[in-house]
Amino acid sequence: MIIQGLAFYLFAAIAVVSGAMVISARNPVHSVLFLILAFFNAAALFVLMGAEFLAFILVIVYVGAVAVLFLFVVMMLDIDFVELREGFLRYLPFGALIGLILLVELLLVIGAWLVVPDGAAVTQAPAPPPDSGISNTEAIGLLLYTDYALAFQLAGLILLVAMIGAIVLTLRQRPVRRQRIADQVNRRPEDVLVVRSIDRGEGV
Amino acid sequence: MTGQMPAFAAAAPEILLAIAGMGLLLYGAFRGNGATREIAYLVIASYIAAAALVVFVVEVPTVTFSGLFVADGFGAFAKVLVLLGSALGLLISLDYIEREQMARFEYPVLFLFATLGMMVMISAGDLITLYLGLELQSLSLYVIAAFRRDMVRSAEAGLKYFVLGALSSGMLLYGASLVYGFTGTTSFAGLAATLSAEAPVSIGLVVGIVFVSAGLAFKVSAVPFHMWTPDVYEGAPTPVTAFFAVAPKIAAIALFIRVMVGPFGELVAQWQQIVFAVSILSMLLGALAAIWQTNIKRLMAYSSIGHIGYALIGLATGTEEGVRGILVYMAIYLAMNVGTFACILCMRVNGRMVEGIDDLRGLSRTNPMIALALAIFMFSMAGIPPLAGFFGKLYVFLAAINSGLYVLAVIGVLTSVIGAYYYLRIVKLMYFDDPVEGFDQPIDRGLSVVLAGTGLFTLFFFAFPPALVNRAAAAAATLFGG
Repeated sequence: MIIQGLAFYLFAAIAVVSGAMVISARNPVHSVLFLILAFFNAAALFVLMGAEFLAFILVIVYVGAVAVLFLFVVMMLDIDFVELREGFLRYLPFGALIGLILLVELLLVIGAWLVVPDGAAVTQAPAPPPDSGISNTEAIGLLLYTDYALAFQLAGLILLVAMIGAIVLTLRQRPVRRQRIADQVNRRPEDVLVVRSIDRGEGV
Repeated sequence: MTGQMPAFAAAAPEILLAIAGMGLLLYGAFRGNGATREIAYLVIASYIAAAALVVFVVEVPTVTFSGLFVADGFGAFAKVLVLLGSALGLLISLDYIEREQMARFEYPVLFLFATLGMMVMISAGDLITLYLGLELQSLSLYVIAAFRRDMVRSAEAGLKYFVLGALSSGMLLYGASLVYGFTGTTSFAGLAATLSAEAPVSIGLVVGIVFVSAGLAFKVSAVPFHMWTPDVYEGAPTPVTAFFAVAPKIAAIALFIRVMVGPFGELVAQWQQIVFAVSILSMLLGALAAIWQTNIKRLMAYSSIGHIGYALIGLATGTEEGVRGILVYMAIYLAMNVGTFACILCMRVNGRMVEGIDDLRGLSRTNPMIALALAIFMFSMAGIPPLAGFFGKLYVFLAAINSGLYVLAVIGVLTSVIGAYYYLRIVKLMYFDDPVEGFDQPIDRGLSVVLAGTGLFTLFFFAFPPALVNRAAAAAATLFGG
C-alpha cells in the first residue's frame, strides 16, 4: 500500500510539474517533449488505478501519434512564439477570471457530489466491479461498440466530413503535363510530318 | 442491452442518407466535377426516398440504439420539413453553382451530410447524440459557407461561422457536462426520470441547463446569440444562405423543443424565463435592426431572427398547443423563405448578382411575375391575412394567450407591426418607384418551379389549414403523450 502511495505521488508530481513546464518552456519543442512526459506519467497513473487498457492507448495514440504530429507541426511552422506571448500580461486578468469561474464551478460540482452521496448510484455506465470477470478492455469495448455504436458511427461520419472539408477548401488542381507512353508509341509520321517539295533557288 | 440488435428500421432514413452520402462521394471522386448536376439530382432523390421512409416506415414511436435515438411523430414531422427544405435549397442552387464556377461534386454531398446531421439532431435521445448530430450538421455548413474559397467574403463568412460555432459548441458541451455531473446520466429518458424524482433542483443543474440553452439559442440564432447571422448570411453564396435560413433553423428549433420539453420538462419554471427573454429580444431586434438594412440578404438575416423570436413564443408556453404552433410556423416559414430566396436568386443584372434593396425599384414594370411573387412573400412575412404567414403567427399567439403569456402575445403583435414597415417598403419600391435596369431574362427553370410552388402555397394556405395543422397537432401530441 505504501509503495502504491509513493508511486502515485511520484507520478502525479512529475505529471503536474511537466504540465506546468509545457506552458512555461520558452522553446516550443521543449514544450512538446514535456507534454510527452506528462502523458507517460498519466499513463502510469492509469496503471495504478487498474485501467491498463487506457494506459496503453494513451501511450500508443497520444505519445505515438498525436505528440509526434505536434512535434512535426511545431518544427515545420515558422511561428515566433516569443512574439505570440507578448500580449500575455494584457490578457492575464481576463484569463485569470475565466480560470476562477471554472474553478468555482468545479468546486460546485464536487460539493454537490459530496452533498448528494447517492448521486454515484445513478450513473448510467458504472465501472464493472473488479471481481466480475470482465476486464476493463472488454468493458470499454462493450460500451463503445454495443451501447454507443450509433455515437461511434456518427463520430466517424463527422471525421469524414472534416476530411472532405479540408480537401474542398485547400486542394487546387494545377494542370500537370503527364507523359503518356501509349500516345508516344502510337504517334505516326503521317500525323505530324509534312513533306513539301520546294523549287530550287526560290527559298521557302 | 448486451447481445441484442438495435431496431435499425427506426433509423432507416438516416442509414439510407449515410450510405447514399458515402456512395455518392465515391461516385463523384471517380467521375469528377462534371457529374455535379447528376449527383445533385441523386441527392435530391435520396432526400425524397428518406422522406418516404420517414412517412411510411417509421410509424410506431421507437427508442433504439440503447436510448440514443428516438423516432416518433414529432421527429417525423420535423424531418419531412428539413428534407423538403434541403431539397429545395439544393434545387435552387444548381444553376447558380454552375454559373459561378463553384460546381464541384462535394457541394451536393456536403448538403447530404448536413441534412443527415439535422435528422440525427431531431431524433436525439441522448445528450451525446444531440452533440454529434449538431457537429455533423455544423461542420458541413461551415465548409458550405466557405465554398467559394477565392472570394474573401465567402471565406470570411465560413471562418466567422466556424469560430463562433465552435464557441457555442463549447458552451453546449460545458452545460451538458454539468447536467451529466449533477444527474449521472446523459439519456433524455434517464434525465426526465431523475429530475422528476428529485424535488429540489440544485444550482449546478440550472447552470448546466442555462449553458445548454445558450448553445441551442446560438444555433437558432436567437438574440443575444445572433451576432454571426447577418455576416454569415451576407457573405455566403446566396443559395447557401437560402439553405442556412431554412433547414438548419428547423432542425435546431426541433432539437430545442425536444430538449426542453423532454428531459427538462419538469423544470419548466427554470427555463421558461430564459426562453421568454430570448423570444422578446429576438422579436424586437428582428423588427428594429432590419429597418436600416440596404442589403437584402442582411435584411433576410434580421427577418429570420425575428421569425425565430415568434416561434420561440410557442416554446415559452411549454404546452402541446405551443409546440403545434411552432411546427405550423416553421412549415410556413419554410415556404416563405425558400420563395423569397428564389426571388433574390433572380436578382441578376448583366450576368452579375446584385443584392441591394434599391435594385428592386420598379420591378413590377421590368419583371411583373417576380415582383408579384416577392410581394406575396413580403405580405405573408408581415403577417397580413389571408396569406400563410398570418396563420403561422395566429397559432403561436393563440397558444401564448391560452397559457396566460399576454406580454409575449402583445409584444409579438407590436413587433409584427414594426416589421411590416420594412416588408412593405420592398413592395412600395417594386410597385411605386421608377424602374432601374431590369433583371436578366429568362430566369432558371428550377427557380421558376420553386417560385411557383412556394408562392401558390403561401397564397392559398387559408383554403386548407387543417391539413397541416392537424398533422402538426398529432406530431406535438406524440411529444407530450409519450
